Amino acid sequence: MAEGAFLRISQVAKTYAAKDGSSVQALTAIDLDIREGEFVTVVGPSGCGKSTLLKILAGLLPRSAGEVTIQGRPLAGPNPALGVVFQAPVLLPWLTILENVMLPAKVQKLDPALARTRARELLAMAELDGFENRYPSELSGGMQQRAGICRALVHDPSILLMDEPFGALDAMTRETMNEELQRIWSEKRKTVLLVTHSIPEAIYLADRIVVMAPRPGHIVEVVEVDLPRPRTLDMQNTPEFGRYVRRLREHFRAGGMVAA
Amino acid sequence: MMRGRSLTAGPVLPVLMAVLVFGGWEAAVHLLSISKIVLPPPSAIVLALWEAVGSAEFHWHLLITLWEIVAGFALGSLGGLALGFIVALSPLAERLVYPYIVAFQTLPKVAVAPIIVIWFGYGLSSKIIITATIAFFPLLANTIMGLRAAPADQIEMLVSCTATRWQVFRMVRMMAALPYIFVGLDVAIVLSVIGAIVGEFVGAKAGLGFLLMQKNFNFDMAGTFAILVVLSLIGVVLHAIVQAVQRRVIFWMDTAGDRPVSL
Ligand SMILES: Nc1ncnc2c1ncn2[C@@H]1O[C@H](COP(=O)(O)OP(=O)(O)OP(=O)(O)O)[C@@H](O)[C@H]1O
Ligand SMILES: [Mg+2]
Repeated sequence: MAEGAFLRISQVAKTYAAKDGSSVQALTAIDLDIREGEFVTVVGPSGCGKSTLLKILAGLLPRSAGEVTIQGRPLAGPNPALGVVFQAPVLLPWLTILENVMLPAKVQKLDPALARTRARELLAMAELDGFENRYPSELSGGMQQRAGICRALVHDPSILLMDEPFGALDAMTRETMNEELQRIWSEKRKTVLLVTHSIPEAIYLADRIVVMAPRPGHIVEVVEVDLPRPRTLDMQNTPEFGRYVRRLREHFRAGGMVAA
Repeated sequence: MMRGRSLTAGPVLPVLMAVLVFGGWEAAVHLLSISKIVLPPPSAIVLALWEAVGSAEFHWHLLITLWEIVAGFALGSLGGLALGFIVALSPLAERLVYPYIVAFQTLPKVAVAPIIVIWFGYGLSSKIIITATIAFFPLLANTIMGLRAAPADQIEMLVSCTATRWQVFRMVRMMAALPYIFVGLDVAIVLSVIGAIVGEFVGAKAGLGFLLMQKNFNFDMAGTFAILVVLSLIGVVLHAIVQAVQRRVIFWMDTAGDRPVSL
């Protein structure tokens, strides 16, 4: 697998300088190879450095050590090969949904006509057609988050980074979003790295689950999820699914954390 | 319950209040036979206003003051806006200019008015410049603050899709500054009315402030009050214009539907 690594994270570490002059070691020696088209989820107790890792990959945060490569090319700063989805939708309130979705294309000076077509396609896929000319405040939280996902895809990045994208949504909406994300992923064949606090979500979506632990943030286990695709919500009631849930819970218990 | 609500919400109580205030005022002046040159009755003020509305001389004074307000406001707020952008964009400019801005801001601008009259004379330009110095600071302070007010997550979102510093500035920071800039404009327009009048007090040959001094000098209290009414009307109208423009420009903020419903 190391041969065909699409996104390679090697020996990445991050030490934050705190305001009082001390330093916080948030990540040590993170090694992770991700295949093209793979769906990887990241779980771990709060403060174990999941967001830190994602921000480093997104080029929003300088790493203290280590290297990240995409298809062998070293990553330095934000990269158009990446699409990022945040915990909050972060839509700009003065732009329409369509304009919001087209924003990365505008920033990267892609052909506007092409970007518009793509944005409309994505919105239709996210069942937001008819809302192109509405403003974000006119949409529900779930709809805004779907628009945020469309925005992350509009410049056709090969890698999608998502930091607890559905954390702010209610359980029902969240399940629907998980189904949709799986559908989008299987249609578009993106490589996805998704951070979540929800164990069922981590299993439902993942080819592999990266389990992290804090102080300092490191990877304790990588779990291959061997459930057939496409996954269904009913699968969550099967004994196989239950075994994965128990396995992940073990880690949270060991870390003194209780999670859903 | 319905009756109680419609009474507090409807126009009945405000009208009643107005009748009480002005009726009481009118009655007090007559019953206590207060001298006209101390406190004119509302009826005399209305009469003086009516005369003013029909007088070409009054129109001339009004136009001069309006011009001083509008030109001073435009000059001062454009200057404040421009310097605000420069300071927000260039750390060097900030270090060089900021100490002077702070020092000048704490100075009561009214105290500078006599100097400006000496420099620029008794004509319109001194009044416009006095008004401009007063309108300048609200814009400057709010522009600087506004250009720093963009939420970190919006900036991160743009940076993550490879936006340059300039793109972030154009696409987010400038937009996030707009509500602040309008707060500045709103303060500046009201201060501009004060600026023009103070300027005319210090030295002028025309304008409502000049007229006010004249009427005051001649113990024409009703006329003085009539000008005060006109001045406050000017303030209200200009403030309303700024608010109307603001609602159009910053359409995404503070829509009526978001306000808490008062019962
Ligand atoms: N800007 C910062 N300055 C200093 N320390 C920070 C900063 N950001 C994060 N940290 C520290 O780094 C560690 C990891 O933080 P991070 O946000 O990556 O955790 P997380 O796994 O995403 O947590 P959560 O699940 O709560 O989102 C924490 O101990 C946190 O206190
Ligand atoms: Mg986090």
